[in-house]
Amino acid sequence: MMKNMNDSKCARKSLVADHIKDLPKSGIRAFFDLVNTMDDVISLGVGEPDFTTPWTIRETGIFSLEKGHTSYTSNLGTPALRRAVCDYVRENYNVSYDFASECLITIGVSEALDIAIRALVNPGDEVLYTEPCYVSYPAEIRMAHGVPVVIETHVDDAFALDPEKLRARLTPRSRVLLLNFPCNPTGAVMPRENLEKIAAMAIEHDLVVITDEIYSELLYEGEHVSIASLPGMRERTLFLHGFSKAFAMTGWRIGYACGPHEIIDAMMKIHQYSIMCAPTMAQEAAVDALRNGRQEMIRMRDSYHERRDLMVNGLNRIGLKCLMPKGAFYAFPSIRSTGLNSTEFAEKLLKAERVAVVPGTAFGPCGEGFVRCCYAASSQDIIAAIDRMGRFVQSLKNA
Amino acid sequence: MEAKILALLGENARMSIAEMAARIGADADQVRAEIADLEKRGVIRGYKAILNEDVLAEEKKVRALIEVKVTPRRDGGFDQAARRIARYPEVKDLFLVSGSYDLLLTVEGESLQDVASFVSAKLSTIEGVLSTSTGFMLKKYKESGRIMQNDEEYERLKVCP
Repeated sequence: MMKNMNDSKCARKSLVADHIKDLPKSGIRAFFDLVNTMDDVISLGVGEPDFTTPWTIRETGIFSLEKGHTSYTSNLGTPALRRAVCDYVRENYNVSYDFASECLITIGVSEALDIAIRALVNPGDEVLYTEPCYVSYPAEIRMAHGVPVVIETHVDDAFALDPEKLRARLTPRSRVLLLNFPCNPTGAVMPRENLEKIAAMAIEHDLVVITDEIYSELLYEGEHVSIASLPGMRERTLFLHGFSKAFAMTGWRIGYACGPHEIIDAMMKIHQYSIMCAPTMAQEAAVDALRNGRQEMIRMRDSYHERRDLMVNGLNRIGLKCLMPKGAFYAFPSIRSTGLNSTEFAEKLLKAERVAVVPGTAFGPCGEGFVRCCYAASSQDIIAAIDRMGRFVQSLKNA
Repeated sequence: MEAKILALLGENARMSIAEMAARIGADADQVRAEIADLEKRGVIRGYKAILNEDVLAEEKKVRALIEVKVTPRRDGGFDQAARRIARYPEVKDLFLVSGSYDLLLTVEGESLQDVASFVSAKLSTIEGVLSTSTGFMLKKYKESGRIMQNDEEYERLKVCP
């Protein structure tokens, strides 16, 4: 007997899985749509370098195509790139990995993080992470049926993770700790002593640490310490990194994961079934980045350093209190003095003065009262944006 | 401070004092004084625009690269001949170089004939000049770090995570 069409419509379930239906869209997305309706906007809203990939790297990508290297590579990535990555990690992060079994090339850190959480988390396992954080962290955890557990970081701690706050959130279901320092959106770094305390806790509570160190080259003060290099941590740490930020290669989509063979092997299974391999020409270009891109990378870093000072000093001058971030390319000023919330501030600033900043709440509820201003913008744009923001802040006071 | 100012001027000689001061983290008066000092000491010899003459509609000047072999003099090396050559307004740049010739010049004239007659009547007759080899410039691709051809405009996302 044929079913009545109307009946089947009534009985129809949602086309989309519940846990995806309930997943909020990135707060950045809505703001992006608003900005795109306007012209002549000075954007401090990007999360990527304003440089084009250095020519030597681009040329290597072109050469790869010219040679006809257009087939799949090994699932793990080309041996040449994995060797170069492991050498680079050993020299710069003080931790050694075997290129053959402890390194996997991914589609940016985004994929590495996704498959790492899928590989590590059983349904209901708790994944601890800090907020404000990169927009994908809580979503990645939920998509893997994990339970996101937020540890808030505060301006009083310079947005570093306070080990005692971590301790307070540990439960018998705690499984993974996800770190991202230098941090998007706060630019915060982790002092060695905090990392040592956190490492001790990770060992005591048998946590796996995923450390997303995508901004680690973009450090302007002090030393970068990878938690993977601390005693006893190598065997329980997954080190994630990539080429997007330091080598201005966001569109190439090359990242990597280094860690114990057991984890890399599990991630490789997911990667092999869902991705196959990272793009071949991009992998070959990435080898060149490590071999020949260092000088350009340092030039770009020094340029961000100069612009950081310009941005942060400017924000403080116009009355938006801002810590001097030690890494990444974001300033995270407080806008509480204006009496507006983050979203109101960003929207009103955009409409009144055509400057785009990202509301702090896009990076978690505790980002309320802050906005993210990216200083990977030209110096002239930064100077003009600060002028406009100063006028905006003044107009709020006069109103 | 001096090195930073020179780097910024090298990037854009028309940068405002205010922008330089903000980028260096100094005040405007300091920057102004430092530039005055650099000019006085002759470190900065002048400021000029980098042109792409191909875009100009009117008649273009002719430019040539000229390699010159010179007999060095016992008491003055290459300097005497070089100084003489440098005085001609037609000569825009002049370098002493290593390799198969000694001096490299860029010369500018109204026409091919103009440049050719400068070479034969003036340059070749200077004492010590042994031979010259002239290459006329056909197209400029890059000058002073600036590429002449514009790439297609490429718009980045205005907001991204």
